[in-house]
Amino acid sequence: MKADKCGLFFESYGQENQIFPSPVQKTCLGAFLLFLLIVPFILDSYYLSLFNLIFIAVIGAVSLNLITGICGQISLGHGAFMGVGAYATGYFMNLGINFFEALLLGGLVASLVGIVFGLPSLRLKGIYLAIATLAAQLILEYVFLHWDSVTGGSNGLALDAPAIFNFYFDNDLKMFYLLFFFALISTLAISNLMRSKYGRAFVSIRDFYLSAEVIGINLFQYKLYAFGISSFFAGIAGGLAAVYAMYITPEQFGIHLSISYLAMIIIGGMGKIIGSVFGAVFITLLPEFLSIVSQHLSAFFPDISTYLLGLKEGIFGLILILFLIFEPEGLAHRWHLIKAYFKLYPFAH
Amino acid sequence: MGKLILEVDKVTLTFKGIAALVSVSFNIPAGKIVSLIGPNGAGKTSMLNCISGRYTPDRGSIRFLGENILHLPPYKRARLGIARTFQNIALFKGLSVLDNLMVGRHSHLQYGLFSSFFYFGKTKREEETHRLRVEEIIDFLNLSPYRHKIVGSLPYGVQKRVELGRALALEPKLLLLDEPMAGMNLEETEDMARYILDINEDWKTSILLVEHDMGVVMDISDEVVVLDFGQVLATGTPEEIQKNPQVIAAYLGQEDSLFLGR
Repeated sequence: MKADKCGLFFESYGQENQIFPSPVQKTCLGAFLLFLLIVPFILDSYYLSLFNLIFIAVIGAVSLNLITGICGQISLGHGAFMGVGAYATGYFMNLGINFFEALLLGGLVASLVGIVFGLPSLRLKGIYLAIATLAAQLILEYVFLHWDSVTGGSNGLALDAPAIFNFYFDNDLKMFYLLFFFALISTLAISNLMRSKYGRAFVSIRDFYLSAEVIGINLFQYKLYAFGISSFFAGIAGGLAAVYAMYITPEQFGIHLSISYLAMIIIGGMGKIIGSVFGAVFITLLPEFLSIVSQHLSAFFPDISTYLLGLKEGIFGLILILFLIFEPEGLAHRWHLIKAYFKLYPFAH
Repeated sequence: MGKLILEVDKVTLTFKGIAALVSVSFNIPAGKIVSLIGPNGAGKTSMLNCISGRYTPDRGSIRFLGENILHLPPYKRARLGIARTFQNIALFKGLSVLDNLMVGRHSHLQYGLFSSFFYFGKTKREEETHRLRVEEIIDFLNLSPYRHKIVGSLPYGVQKRVELGRALALEPKLLLLDEPMAGMNLEETEDMARYILDINEDWKTSILLVEHDMGVVMDISDEVVVLDFGQVLATGTPEEIQKNPQVIAAYLGQEDSLFLGR
């Protein structure tokens, strides 16, 4: 960099349109990714499994944020769309199709199902669409439970460890890299989409659908795109969750999953990609955090772990409400403020 | 008489039996500024909504460049080259000024979904070419200080300009402006009038203007259409309208034309 520059200056539109325009951002991101590549060798499998769950949650949360935070179409069926991806991936793998193609097919099936259940979005808005997607959740749960020939019904579906060219991802360490890879490309793909005409069209539908229409955006087409893309990535997340657990049951993809993903994007920040990542980390680590707290407290109050874990749902709800009151724009907003603070340091303004 | 860009022919629009427009006919010659005036509730905005596709008239036809457009949904009319602004600001509040204008380029961008995931090659090139067009509009409307600001945080007058910019980004052949000067001070009104005249002259865009500020209407219009209770009361040049006794009686409700002349 030349010495006469103070701040960021762009010499082409291409430079300005980058996701991470500043050299500092690029360095930090590079360092962070490098850290993630090295970290599995230091951690034991318990912490690795937490990372793995976070990677899956990141894909799910980013995809839900696309439809709900960015396009403004509230979805209470996201957990079920993940389930469709999981079952489809499992079904195709058990047919003997290799993991990678099965996962892609699983995503596509989820995408189709998402589009079908997205059809009411042309007519329904807000709370009514929420109810329609809730119906999708319930219908799909019923299908998971009763379409025995494909889903295995209440017995569930057992899967082999995913393999690429006879390389089996059969432990947490190997899964770490697989899931890390998918989380990274999914987030990158949706970030790219956000700076294209598709991302802008989605936000315009959320912000003012009437003027989006008169400016040349086919509302129906773009809402279905949003549902399709979002469900595709949800399906990928579901497929990955399936091969990670190596077992699928209908309970995994119940309404609680949809709600916890909604919680992720609310806590992280609606409409912000980075927010979905923060939210996914937060919600995945919350139960772990609670159990650590209860372990430490049990030295003083021997029975507390049973109470505290029983209160898990309550604490979960409390945190959600506290976020809505004190940080309605989510962790992404806080992140933004922290960045601004360091940018200006040591000056206040 | 040159080519007609828009022909509104006997358009009738009713809401549950209440007539909003009754057999309204007027034409917009290519490259002209036509104003639509009338008291509140006369049907001006309803007329714009019929042209942009929000409402479908019960009877009559609207032809754009000789082609009937009534069966087309709003987004297809936009692609033909009809853009509009709204009476109350209808911007995408969560997007920056630049992105709002880029949404206006939407129908000009050709790249597909798949390449958007990679933001590479064609997508990147097209984004940058169209950014250049948007920058021209930003320069023209003096929006450069606000380029990266989120629209929701900008002052009213600037938002009005952004909305005009977004409509311009579509490169419309016909621009429908619904009260662009509403709520503006004298200086902003004059700026807006200058922009409208420049758009008309530089880009040969035909304009249909709905406006209450009679000074502006009489100054910049080539032709004025007066609506009253959903009917066309008079059509003519600003001078003819100012002298028309029917207009003075019905619309202004006062004998002197203080209001009309400036």
